[in-house]
Amino acid sequence: MKYLKFLLVGIFFGIVLFKAEVISWFRIYEMFKFKSFHMYGVIGSAVVIGLVIMFLFKKRKLKTIKGEAVHVEPKKKGVAKNLLGGIIFGLGWALGGACPGPMFVLLGKGVVAIIVVLIGATLGAFLYHAFKHKLPH
Amino acid sequence: MDYILNPWPWYVAGPLIAFCMYLMFYFGKKFGVSSNLETICSMAGAGKLVNYFKFDWKKNKWNLTFVAGLIIGGFIANQWLAPNQAVALNPDVIQDLSEIGIQNAGAQYLPDEIFSLDALFSLKGFLVLIGAGLLVGFGARYAGGCTSGHGIVGLSKLYKESFIAVGGFFIGGLIMTWLILPYIF
Repeated sequence: MKYLKFLLVGIFFGIVLFKAEVISWFRIYEMFKFKSFHMYGVIGSAVVIGLVIMFLFKKRKLKTIKGEAVHVEPKKKGVAKNLLGGIIFGLGWALGGACPGPMFVLLGKGVVAIIVVLIGATLGAFLYHAFKHKLPH
Repeated sequence: MDYILNPWPWYVAGPLIAFCMYLMFYFGKKFGVSSNLETICSMAGAGKLVNYFKFDWKKNKWNLTFVAGLIIGGFIANQWLAPNQAVALNPDVIQDLSEIGIQNAGAQYLPDEIFSLDALFSLKGFLVLIGAGLLVGFGARYAGGCTSGHGIVGLSKLYKESFIAVGGFFIGGLIMTWLILPYIF
């Protein structure tokens, strides 16, 4: 039961990604072709509201359910890892038209082929950790 | 009811995504999907092969539950909240895609050329699907986050690392869309 709240946030997030067509391969293609504002609007407005939320976390105007200050982990430093990892991610995002969240939403939609994409993504995460000592970071 | 059944505009979806992020922090956790891929590896016993995966995956059950919610959300939306799943694409895009071998763009959410069972059971189709997954999973963990962790949380925190990573997402996406996709189908 203590996890029910995360299930509910997940269901809501899944419905939002579905209804805003973020899970559509075509919308991702259209974004990378600069032919529609839609995806830029979705991500951009999420970040603008996100900026306000982060500011309120920092000022402690917004706190956790326990009344504690919110701590947001910093991202690991390194131009190579963020840039190269980002580029590899982007190649896959544009090919499959789905980043990790939408992959799971598409599974719920009943798209059988996405199972192969998800297996690939899990294997990809495994391979990164198997070979990370050979990569620039 | 039409407001729910029609596609949701960006200015509704974006703030709602930010609200989901807020809720995860409010509940004392974080907002990021791709780290679940590592948890799944650990659950599947990847710790026997690579030491990194020896962590206790049970500590991430909250995030696996969140992902289970994504699957249920996809099911609910598909069954009851989206009677018409045509995507109103820019006509230029429909034309572009038809020229590179993807027909009926926008008639539904996904192109049959990639996601139909016929595509799945062809060699090329299978390689496209598994390849897309491999790149996303590898890249997300190399960069330490995906569109949620870097794209939404990291940019909202104005992390330099996330600007680099999201810049990378776009470089990779543009290379795939403009230079590689035209030769695949």
